[in-house]
Formats: sequence, C-alpha cells, structure tokens
Amino acid sequence: MNQQVTNHPLAQNATSVERKGDRELVVTRTFDAEPRIVFKAWSDPELFRKWWLPEGAPMTLLSCDMDVRTGGNYRLEFGVGGQSTEFFGKYLEVVPDERIVWTNDESDEEGAVTTVTFEEQDGKTLLSFHELYPTREALEEAMTGAAAALPTQLDQLDELLSTLSE
Amino acid sequence: MKPLWDLRWAAYCVILNHMVQYATPDLDLSFAALSDATRRGVIEQLGRADASITSLAEKFQMTLTGMKKHISVLEKAGLVSTEKVGRVRTCRLGQAGLEAEAEWIEAHRKLFEARFNALDNVILEMKQEEEDESASD
Repeated sequence: MNQQVTNHPLAQNATSVERKGDRELVVTRTFDAEPRIVFKAWSDPELFRKWWLPEGAPMTLLSCDMDVRTGGNYRLEFGVGGQSTEFFGKYLEVVPDERIVWTNDESDEEGAVTTVTFEEQDGKTLLSFHELYPTREALEEAMTGAAAALPTQLDQLDELLSTLSE
Repeated sequence: MKPLWDLRWAAYCVILNHMVQYATPDLDLSFAALSDATRRGVIEQLGRADASITSLAEKFQMTLTGMKKHISVLEKAGLVSTEKVGRVRTCRLGQAGLEAEAEWIEAHRKLFEARFNALDNVILEMKQEEEDESASD
C-alpha cells in the first residue's frame, strides 16, 4: 500500500481564542491563501458545509441556505438525534473578500452579532472571528452554559430531567 | 433553580465535549451519565461545594466502591474532575483544573481548530482546482 498524506497541510497554523472586554469573544487564525479564496469558502454554501461542522460531531447539517450579501438571510438546519434545530439570521454587512457581519436570531433573547474579517498579509489571510454579545450578562450566560448555544437539546434535557425527578 | 442550573451546565459540558472530542455519535448515551438519581444528586451536591468520595458515599448512604463507580461515570463524561491529595480524593464540577471561563474558551478553541483544519483542506482543493484550470488554458 502506497499511502500518501496529501489531505493535511504540512504546518498547521495556530487557532487563538480569547475573551476581549466584557462582551466579546475573538478567534483568530492564518490561512495559506489569499482573502479572495478564504472569503469564497465562507460565502459559498457548498464549500461552507464542507467544513463548518466538525467531522464526527453528533449533528448533521441538513440544509444550508445562505444569501451572502448585505440584507440577505441565512438559515442552517441541523439534525440532532432524530430532531432538528435551526440557526438563522441576517447579513448586516458584506464586503466581498473583506468582511461578513451577521446576526444570530435563533434565541428568544437578543443574540450575538458575528463579524468575520479577512485581512491580507503577504499573500496569506489573517482571519478574525468576533462574536459580540449584546450585554456582559449575555456573554456570561453563554459561558455558564445556559440555552444560548444549543437551545433545543437543553430544552429536551429539561423535559427529560423533569420527568426523572418526579 | 440552582440544581437544575447545575444540570444544564452539566449537559452543556456533555454537548461541548461531544462537539470537541467526537466521542459517541449518540447524544442519548451521553445523557446516560445524568439519567441516574444518585449521580444527579452528586452533581447538585458538588454545585454547592467540592467533596471527597468518602463524604459523598456517606451522604448518599452507599459503599465507597459504589460511589467510586458513579464518580468514574461522571468523570468520563467530563462532568466531574477528581484530584488526589494524600489519601483523600476530592471531587469537583467540571474538567480538571479548568474554571468555567477557561473551559468555555478551550471548548471554542477545539471547535474552531477542528473547523479550520477542515477549512485548510477545502482551501487546498480550491487552490488545486484553480491551478489545474490555469494549466489547461
């Protein structure tokens, strides 16, 4: 068997995640391609669905509608254990090859606003992913595990727990 | 609502662990750790204060071996961490040595790292396709 490892880049760039101030989460990472390419991988639904959900996660991406332009909408439908849950919102600002800003509207409360920027650095792309929560409390709530990230599963769990604790 | 809050936190940890470690594909299985009344009681108890396995065994009126088994299930689910100091093994909520904020950040780092490694591959394919196209021109 002649095995060739071609599907992994030789050197992996580091992913940095930090909390910035009271209500912001910032993720940064460099990619070995110019912004035009990285932007396309974020804005073309067929490409986006190839990488957004980590392989082996207990969820599947059932549908992925993205109208990536200022004022456009998106809707991602995930399947979890026979049930489905949706994430949706609106693109507040789209500047091709530079930035995408969108709302996260699936929760009953005001959601976070996500900004992704693509910045050219010597032919590579420095990508920054910012999640700005409306209030400090909203970020803390997300952090301490309340419904923000995965509302449906947690509601199901509440139901399960209420039947069990009777 | 403190006990329920702790359980939601516990469930959130289970889901994040799944997201980042790709453990079992069945979400129900991960909730098995929380399906037992004693283990839910232990989570509630640890939400109030850290405790040794011995004191938990006494509180829940069971043998040390029995409590060790429950703790082991909770530990594998990433809900509880234990640390042995001298002869006493202390249990606390959450993963070893990580505070809630550090845990949240670490879970996001793992999640985005997995996403971005996959994105690297997509980008490689895109670049390859562009090269192939320009070569065939």
